[in-house]
Amino acid sequence: MSLNKDILRTFLFVLLFAVLVIASLAIGVKQISWLDFTNWQNSEAPVFFISRIPRTVALILAGVGLSISGLIMQQISLNKFVSPTTAGTLDAAKLGILISMIMLPGMASLYQMGFAFLFTVLASLVFMQMLKRIQHRSLIYIPLLGIMFGNVLAAIGTFFAYKFDIVQNMETWLIGDFSKVLKGNYELIYISLPVVALTYLYANKLTTLGLGKDMAKNLGVNYDLIVLVGLICVSLTVSAVMITAGAIPFIGLIVPNIVSLFYGDNLKRSLPITALFGAILLLFSDIISRLIIYPYEIPIGLTIGIIGGIIFLVFIGKRMRYA
Amino acid sequence: MITVKKVNKRYGEFRVLDDLSISFPKGKVTSLIGGNGTGKSTLLGVVSKLLNKDSGNVFVVDQDISDISSKEFATRLSFLKQSNHTHIRLKVRELVCFGRFPYNRGKRMCSEDCCIVDRALNFMELEDIADKYIDELSGGQRQRAYLAMVLAQDTEYVLLDEPLNNLDMKYSVQIMRTLQKLAKEFGKTVIIIVHDINIAAYYSDYIAALKDGAIKYFGKTEEIIKPEILKEIFGLDFEVIQRNGKPVCLYYN
Amino acid sequence: MGLAILVILVYMFTMLGTRPDYVLPRRAIKVAAMVLIACSVGYSSVVFQTITNNRILTPSIMGFESVYILFQSFIVFLYGDATFQVIQSQENFVFSVLLMFGFALILYFTMFRKENVNVYFLLLVGLILGSIFGSMTSFMQMIIDPNEFSVIQKSLFASFNNINTELLGISAITLIISLLIGSRLLHNLDVLSLGKEHAINLGVNYQRLVQVSLLIIAVQVSISTALVGPITFLGILIANLSYEFIPSYKHRHTILGASLMGILLIIGGQYLVEHVFNMGTTISILINFVGGLYFIILLLKSRKI
Repeated sequence: MSLNKDILRTFLFVLLFAVLVIASLAIGVKQISWLDFTNWQNSEAPVFFISRIPRTVALILAGVGLSISGLIMQQISLNKFVSPTTAGTLDAAKLGILISMIMLPGMASLYQMGFAFLFTVLASLVFMQMLKRIQHRSLIYIPLLGIMFGNVLAAIGTFFAYKFDIVQNMETWLIGDFSKVLKGNYELIYISLPVVALTYLYANKLTTLGLGKDMAKNLGVNYDLIVLVGLICVSLTVSAVMITAGAIPFIGLIVPNIVSLFYGDNLKRSLPITALFGAILLLFSDIISRLIIYPYEIPIGLTIGIIGGIIFLVFIGKRMRYA
Repeated sequence: MITVKKVNKRYGEFRVLDDLSISFPKGKVTSLIGGNGTGKSTLLGVVSKLLNKDSGNVFVVDQDISDISSKEFATRLSFLKQSNHTHIRLKVRELVCFGRFPYNRGKRMCSEDCCIVDRALNFMELEDIADKYIDELSGGQRQRAYLAMVLAQDTEYVLLDEPLNNLDMKYSVQIMRTLQKLAKEFGKTVIIIVHDINIAAYYSDYIAALKDGAIKYFGKTEEIIKPEILKEIFGLDFEVIQRNGKPVCLYYN
Repeated sequence: MGLAILVILVYMFTMLGTRPDYVLPRRAIKVAAMVLIACSVGYSSVVFQTITNNRILTPSIMGFESVYILFQSFIVFLYGDATFQVIQSQENFVFSVLLMFGFALILYFTMFRKENVNVYFLLLVGLILGSIFGSMTSFMQMIIDPNEFSVIQKSLFASFNNINTELLGISAITLIISLLIGSRLLHNLDVLSLGKEHAINLGVNYQRLVQVSLLIIAVQVSISTALVGPITFLGILIANLSYEFIPSYKHRHTILGASLMGILLIIGGQYLVEHVFNMGTTISILINFVGGLYFIILLLKSRKI
């Protein structure tokens, strides 16, 4: 019976996803006449192919990539509340891009992404080292440390940004925004595809990580290698999303938590749903962001920052009540 | 005299105090006994206005405690909870001086205040460590320091929640003697929670036994320290023997 | 104390350049603002830590500053789009203070009232609240004027380089009144630092003490945020430095200590910014960097709580 329920729920998710994809393609300042697309005028086809499709694809990939990243980080750190947002990863990526802009202005975005990648890997390693030193593995404590770590990275970033007068206002810099996604400047985000595939192949091994280091080793898994591969995957995805769209907080945090409520923690089972749900949430937030002050847009980073933050608060409240 | 009338207190579905009534006799030492979670601490908390009750009344003499201002209340009744720690750097003497706060509201200590503080320090044998910081003390020393603060508060009613926590036998006996003395010589009403049944039996005038948030038995010590009553309260077989006119309980079988 | 005055003097009178008559009054205003900020942050942080009974939470870490800014944006939003001047006005200030007090009460009575609340839990909630309010503020500003979003953000709010001098007078008066009222609470706060139960046992009217303290904190956070914007880690830094260096449990001493540390830190920092970094950075950046690191150390040290 529960299997049937699962299938039904999964089906509903897929349906929802499909509806959102169509909506995402349909909404925009420029009206596209859908009924007679054979007669699309010159301006309509380009809008569709240059802007709408890339945007929707980028949204889906970012949603999938970020929620999978969050899942990996949670397995590695054995903590449900660790994610790119709560481990300083986003801030490290920002810092990387900023440093690349200072050192080599006018660099291609591929290289900028390289810098972001380098910084996120470094930051993740530092953070993992910090975790190793701490015995106190309370659910709340580690994300707290991560947020503070991110704050310090952000302060370093602000220091350089101010000194070199690059960014007027760090607070609003690189807020996630898909409105500038166009054909030709979003393709880097495809990097998250192989990452997702890799994650799926390694799903069983990642599940064993969730049992703890000793248990994983006991089961014959090369723990350190898997952790390293996991961190590299996360860093790649986060950097790619950061370059294409900017910082999108909370997705990697709340999506895996919501999914694990319904589907448990066996990755082989929950991974596809996590990916799907990440895409759904991002598409949904993007549509809201586009409609709320139509014809203007609100950056999706803000919308997610509010919705995601509130959902996260609900989660901590719940956990604390049962803890 | 403190009178508790039909007090109820619940946490969620759980009734901690269930229509509890009792009158604590004036000028006597009364011990509360009972298993864990039977509502002893909650009862003291409600009487000392630390916890709000859901219904019922508590009277000090004839006055409802909710009608007494917090300032005045602190000069009439004092309470010490089980575990005490603070993160501020405070010397023992400074802590004991806080016992005079209800009287001087933190302004200058008058000579009478100083006198009472010295006496309290002396009572608890704390003179040698009066200038040490409380976070440097052992558990037992700290416990005595807090007790000295309560003594310095010099109230008619003294409520203590497991005051013998952390204390070795010597100090336990000393504290109990002190409490007896407070009751006999100064006419103070002392209500304590004690886990060691033999200490309770030896030093208290009255014993109240709690079960399921209500007073199951209440009376003079010799009326309560009986095998059948203790068995009902603690669920253990007891043997009570008399030694020099005082009961001693054996229950380790 | 002497050191603080020395720093003020050094800041006032070194490198005057060729136009002392021009530079001096401007610097005096800055110094006055900085002293106000140091005192309000010092008092509010120390008192907040006492009533919440721990040493790592401060009003700004619990999101108070971001709430203030959110309210400011909200008020501008209500007044309508073009009147950005409203944000500077004094009625707005008073109104925001009232809203802040409401927020502080809600926060306190939903979160701190229960016994044995996990400090880390509160802290995480505070940080998340702060980030949500930050996003909401940006959101609000986008709605006000989507085209010039970032311009508004920059011009709307004060910073150390852009001190809101129009509010200096009313801020000073409000601060002095709040400190006068606050000074009467200090003895009670001393007792409260023993813990809630002891305070009640010793005859402190706990509820009223907490409410009045929160009102004062709300006022003071509003003052410092209105003058120079948010400085998240200043409070935690100066409060803990004060506990470290002032060997007294009395609030009279710790608050004074924290305020003096604040003066030292802000004015000393500003001196560094102006004369060492050549304005290449701001005092907020320095404080957030140092304070953030210090906070991580505090967290690592406090694991036993």
